[in-house]
Amino acid sequence: MTRKDVLVRRDLLGTNKEIAAGIRKELRRRGILAVNLLSSPGSGKTALLEALADRLKGRCRMAVVEGDIETERDAERIRARGVAAWQITTGGACHLEAKMVAKVLADVPAAIDFLFIENVGNLVCPAGFDLGEGLRCVLLSSPEGDDKPAKYPQAFATADVLLLTKSDLIPLLPFDPDRAAREALAINPRLKVFCVSALRGEGMDGLAAFFVEALAAERAARA
Amino acid sequence: MHELSLVAGLFEILEEKVREFGAARITAVTLRVGRLSGVVPELLRSAFDAYKKGTRAEGARLEIEVAPFDFRCRACGGTVFREEPAACAACGSKDVELVGGMDLIVEKIEIETDDP
Repeated sequence: MTRKDVLVRRDLLGTNKEIAAGIRKELRRRGILAVNLLSSPGSGKTALLEALADRLKGRCRMAVVEGDIETERDAERIRARGVAAWQITTGGACHLEAKMVAKVLADVPAAIDFLFIENVGNLVCPAGFDLGEGLRCVLLSSPEGDDKPAKYPQAFATADVLLLTKSDLIPLLPFDPDRAAREALAINPRLKVFCVSALRGEGMDGLAAFFVEALAAERAARA
Repeated sequence: MHELSLVAGLFEILEEKVREFGAARITAVTLRVGRLSGVVPELLRSAFDAYKKGTRAEGARLEIEVAPFDFRCRACGGTVFREEPAACAACGSKDVELVGGMDLIVEKIEIETDDP
């Protein structure tokens, strides 16, 4: 019997990363900007998409992929806004993986500008899985508390955009948006921060304009 | 929370290595886990112990190295600083990117082959 060490050096998420790279390439070829939305359950991801749909209507074409453990409810809410939506039910899995998105991508019409991917509500696990997105947005709603970035650093460290949501509730809560932003920026200085209320509309026009600019930048990078 | 599915992926790699080297047994597995990977080493260990039964890694010990994370400055090209993202120490830019903190790497394994 002989015993020996074998150097492996393989990424446990290697397969996911390869599929995500394929998605990124395909989206770039089609000129689509994909946005991966991460947050705890109930931070307002679906409400944000509803409010964005109203603001992008007539200017840009969007489609939505909804990730949930069960039910078609979120996709139905988006479709009610006149936006094409696909529901992925993970049946218990706590995050979306690139292979789930790749499967849906074949059905996504070529003539769209934005593909919003609403991840499973979970501030931990989705952060580890690249979906091939062009932008990653993490949402933190005011009722969750301004101390969350330091407690759940993964999602904030890997995001491009921080959305402080439910800003209309801030006057009622001990939530300091500056502290939340400061904590998040200490983990990730590149974060672009927006304070929005999907319900009342505060900050939503600015956010919609930001996405339109990001789309133009993505297409310019492609050319 | 998804440690079990990660371990399933680990065993796919291990089975591949068993075939490649004609190993009779895997006696140790070393993983590098980034501090920001969201993976809990203890949960990974329980998942590994549950999964290994009846496989060629049944007697294997799992070694987990928790790896720190670095930030690399994108503005001045390559200055690396550890777990301190505030700004680049060399040029002051805030355009820094995270490197290494999300790692989940199978570094090495120890195998036994039976002599012919």
